Amino acid sequence: MNSPKPVIQAADLEFDYGGSFRLRIPALQLMEGEKVALVGPSGCGKTTLLHLIAGILPLQSGKLEVLGKALEQQEDAARRAFRIRRLGLVFQEFELLDYLTVWENLILPYRLHPDLRWHQEASNRAKALAESLGLSTLLHRFPRRLSQGERQRVAVGRALVTQPGLVLGDEPTGNLDPDNARRSLELLFQQCEAIQASLLVVTHDHSLLPRFDRTLELPALALAEDHRS
Amino acid sequence: MIGAWHLSYLRLRRRPWTTLVLVLSLALTLALPFGVRVLMAGYEQQLLQRAASTPLILGSRSNRFDVVLSALYFRQARLEPISLPERQRLQDQAEGVVVPLHLGFQAQGYPLVGTTPEYFERRHLRTRSGHWPLMAGEAILGATVAKRLKLETGNFLFSDVPELYDLTVPPALKLRVSGILQASKGPDDEAVFVDLSTSWILEGFAHGHQDPEEVDSKLVLGGDEDGVVMSRALLSYQEITPENLASFHDHGDPERLPLTALLFWPASSKEGTLLKTRINQGQALRMFDPQKVVEELLAYVLRIRRLVDYLSGILAAVTLTLGGLVFLLSSRLREAEFRTLQRLGCSRFFVTRLILDEIGMVVSAALLLALTSVAVAGLFLGDVAAWLR
Repeated sequence: MNSPKPVIQAADLEFDYGGSFRLRIPALQLMEGEKVALVGPSGCGKTTLLHLIAGILPLQSGKLEVLGKALEQQEDAARRAFRIRRLGLVFQEFELLDYLTVWENLILPYRLHPDLRWHQEASNRAKALAESLGLSTLLHRFPRRLSQGERQRVAVGRALVTQPGLVLGDEPTGNLDPDNARRSLELLFQQCEAIQASLLVVTHDHSLLPRFDRTLELPALALAEDHRS
Repeated sequence: MIGAWHLSYLRLRRRPWTTLVLVLSLALTLALPFGVRVLMAGYEQQLLQRAASTPLILGSRSNRFDVVLSALYFRQARLEPISLPERQRLQDQAEGVVVPLHLGFQAQGYPLVGTTPEYFERRHLRTRSGHWPLMAGEAILGATVAKRLKLETGNFLFSDVPELYDLTVPPALKLRVSGILQASKGPDDEAVFVDLSTSWILEGFAHGHQDPEEVDSKLVLGGDEDGVVMSRALLSYQEITPENLASFHDHGDPERLPLTALLFWPASSKEGTLLKTRINQGQALRMFDPQKVVEELLAYVLRIRRLVDYLSGILAAVTLTLGGLVFLLSSRLREAEFRTLQRLGCSRFFVTRLILDEIGMVVSAALLLALTSVAVAGLFLGDVAAWLR
């Protein structure tokens, strides 16, 4: 049996918000197939860390390897291409495009990057994903006609449709009631397991933490300085 | 990138009313100046073509625009008449073809033009059916008149009475359709042509009635060796037939029979110029070069076109500003969407393409609609020109 490889490996990460706030991550590692929760008080830099891992924000210093790719060496275009092909992102507000149907939102990544080829296999996979997320009967609906839980499932589907190696969730259950939040997280776990993706989720809901393999608490991990105080 | 184009297309399609309003307002802005230009150009061309095909017009010393527009396009105007002998006088002065015109009456709303067969020859008019009016009471109809009134050769139509309650005015005359003209895409399509004698009957210079010697003596009110005075109860003929044609007669001086204008095709342009100079030196009549008069008229039209151009420019500026604002506000409202797309992995260029593709599609649709509208308007150029006349 092969030992799990690291999916995220960070060392001496630093991100400075123009001198008023600095995020420091001395070390961070996430292994293949791991489901990790990232917690910490508001404003401690959880979302910033997630954006650094996703390549949305550029690295200022330190080393960060995601799915074997050293992000500090990548240009913006390369980071974007990497993000859309290899990562799955779920946001708190779900951020679905209101003029696209459920199906069109689900397969949106394929519309956004020429490297992602839309072919029969991808189509079958997307249909199976929609089926497993309970969206089969909603494919022609627009997001405004969906419940919060249904929107969240579409957002999860959009994050997983390209079969990413790593899924990043920024409070993906933050807009759901406790029952729905638990169900959604369960669904996210199942889907990630199905495609053997690792999962890093920012959450404020401590009741969900036992469901994760591990919890990373940001103040324990990072030195966040607020020079405003 | 096909993705941006596809997303823009879906967004426009899923907001049909917003898209429709944008496309329509932009199309209107584009079509208005183009359409006006095309229609005006066509109208100018039609006016000039007709004027150019008529070298000279002899008329009274009335307003030059009235004389020329009446003679060319049968526009109704109160013109001083010229007398019949002017026709012969003109013919005697220069070599060429003289075509008399009598205007001023209408039949079912269309101008009644009294003329001679030379008119049809000069205007290259062909009959679709029937023949030119050979006798008083016959009329040949322009193609549009026949179509609109649904008349065929052998049918009848009545002349309009200019003053319904004026008993001194001759009654309406029943005209027999002797033929229909082929369409010529000009004012001849919208006219009813009759023989000059018919026009003079309508003017009241001639009439036909029962023979006084064969009617009840009570209808004879008096008389002397010059003539008899008859009661108005005497039956006047309202229709001219081969049977009653001989009863039509005039009581006036043939020298005073009126004409509206004389069209003149001189044998040479030099002859025409000399004749024009000679006539215009006199006091009574005036000879016009229709092309020059129409060009003068078009100079006024051009000023109006310039005004329309300015107004269209203002409309375009307002529409473009509003359109720009709509897109700007829309972009503001779509910031969350653009942020999502960038987070998912799209570049700023992709987002810019999304907006530009949307603008491009709206502008293309508006342009297509504007061009189609102008092309359709062009198809109805003849109707529009007729309406403008």
